[in-house]
Amino acid sequence: MSATIRLENVWKSYGDDVVLENLSLEVAAGSFVTLVGASGCGKTTFLKLLLGEEAPSRGRLLLDEAPLPGEPGPDRGVVFQRYSVFPHLTAVQNVLLGLELAGAPWLGRLFGAARRNARAEAVAALESVGLGHALDKYPPELSGGMQQRLAIAQTLIKNPRVLLLDEPFGALDPGIRQDMHALVQSLWQRTGVTVFMVTHDLQEGFTLGSRLLVFDKVRHDPHAPEAYGAQITYDIPLDRNAEDSP
Amino acid sequence: MKRLINRHPGRVAGAALAMLPFILALVAYTIASSQRLAENPNDPVLPSLITLAESFLRLASEESRRTGEVLLWLDTGASLTRLGLGVALAAAAGLLVGVLNGSLPYARRTFAPFVTAVAMIPPLAVLPILFIAFGVGELAKVMLIVFGIAPFIMRDLQQRVEELPREQLIKAQTLGASTWQIVLRVVLPQTLPRLIDATRLSLGAAWLFLIASEAIAATEGLGYRIFLVRRYLDMETILPYVAWITLLAFLIDLTLRGVNRWFFPWYAARSARS
Repeated sequence: MSATIRLENVWKSYGDDVVLENLSLEVAAGSFVTLVGASGCGKTTFLKLLLGEEAPSRGRLLLDEAPLPGEPGPDRGVVFQRYSVFPHLTAVQNVLLGLELAGAPWLGRLFGAARRNARAEAVAALESVGLGHALDKYPPELSGGMQQRLAIAQTLIKNPRVLLLDEPFGALDPGIRQDMHALVQSLWQRTGVTVFMVTHDLQEGFTLGSRLLVFDKVRHDPHAPEAYGAQITYDIPLDRNAEDSP
Repeated sequence: MKRLINRHPGRVAGAALAMLPFILALVAYTIASSQRLAENPNDPVLPSLITLAESFLRLASEESRRTGEVLLWLDTGASLTRLGLGVALAAAAGLLVGVLNGSLPYARRTFAPFVTAVAMIPPLAVLPILFIAFGVGELAKVMLIVFGIAPFIMRDLQQRVEELPREQLIKAQTLGASTWQIVLRVVLPQTLPRLIDATRLSLGAAWLFLIASEAIAATEGLGYRIFLVRRYLDMETILPYVAWITLLAFLIDLTLRGVNRWFFPWYAARSARS
């Protein structure tokens, strides 16, 4: 289950500092959108808007034609570059958490058969990202790539409609990054979730996505660099990848 | 030749170096003591180490003629009860207020300035008020400890909660967690080891307040005893008591460290990395 996203004349500014300027965009369900652009041109702010962490200053954000909730929720999963997993929980507990929160509003913990079923589901999710051997390890004991795999498993257990990735592989070695690309691609094709991924790596943007958005500042006032925000300067459909999409 | 900052002692040398200041202090004491005792064998100010050891054994085994109780254990029991109660209450209050202030902006705006203001009040200055309000019994002494260390723990924990990465709180929300669930499953478990650390760091202050209040109004307790026998220059009691208090403080600290290592293995792993 995935969702369409629509932006109608969305602006975002912090005081006089305009970050995003008049964005209008429609993203079909099941797209894999990669966002590239120079540092500080609003890619991460754009992601924060989709996440609900920030509200647009002007304009509307629609998720399946309904206004996007003003705070993060289980319909939008996220993987950050760092700190995406809980250091005080083992790998399997990290994934289990999402199921426990839904099943036990007051205790936040499941017991007995419910716990066994949820745990089996969590173990399956970890195996699907290649972490079946590290179930009981704490995140500090895992490598950077394994931590990101864990974060992805943790996110997917909630079956989000939108998956937001904020430079998820930025801190990883190139070899490990290749493996992660393959993992994300296969998960995307399997689940059909709508993906937004911010990246610094142009090549990553081109090879992974079904649609590439380039953020840049079109207007620039040298005396007031913060006066104008970034816009989407290129919107490139990547048909080669889109054909694979469900 | 490597730079001094890059040179590390080996295991044995490290242990020997750690012992060195202790040995030097003991040697210095022994020299000073024997010099004084050579001039006047009845000098009370610096008793010999053997006298001190004998005195300690006497205090720990001989029953008081007046009450039939062993003074050291009577005093230790009374003091540790007050300290334990005071520290436990302060830790509980610190955890509650720290987590609330750290997690909820409304709570923070309401209570954080007040806690900061209360923390500025010198606790010993309000000791008379505590004695007036709670009487000269146990409650006032326990309250002094609470008053003295709870604001520190509250503020420290609030800061630790605020230091949790923003990403974690966002992540928990994307997993569907409510405010209560975030506090219960994300904030609280990560705050507990920090509570133990904050409590450990405030134990020195807790002992200070305990001994101060016992010195002023008590009928038993380690601080009471020290200040009682001070009038007779009874170093044979004071020095063993000080050593005993130091040992107790050390053991409590060691226990709390152990609790953290045992119950929160991830915490040690995390601090080792960063």
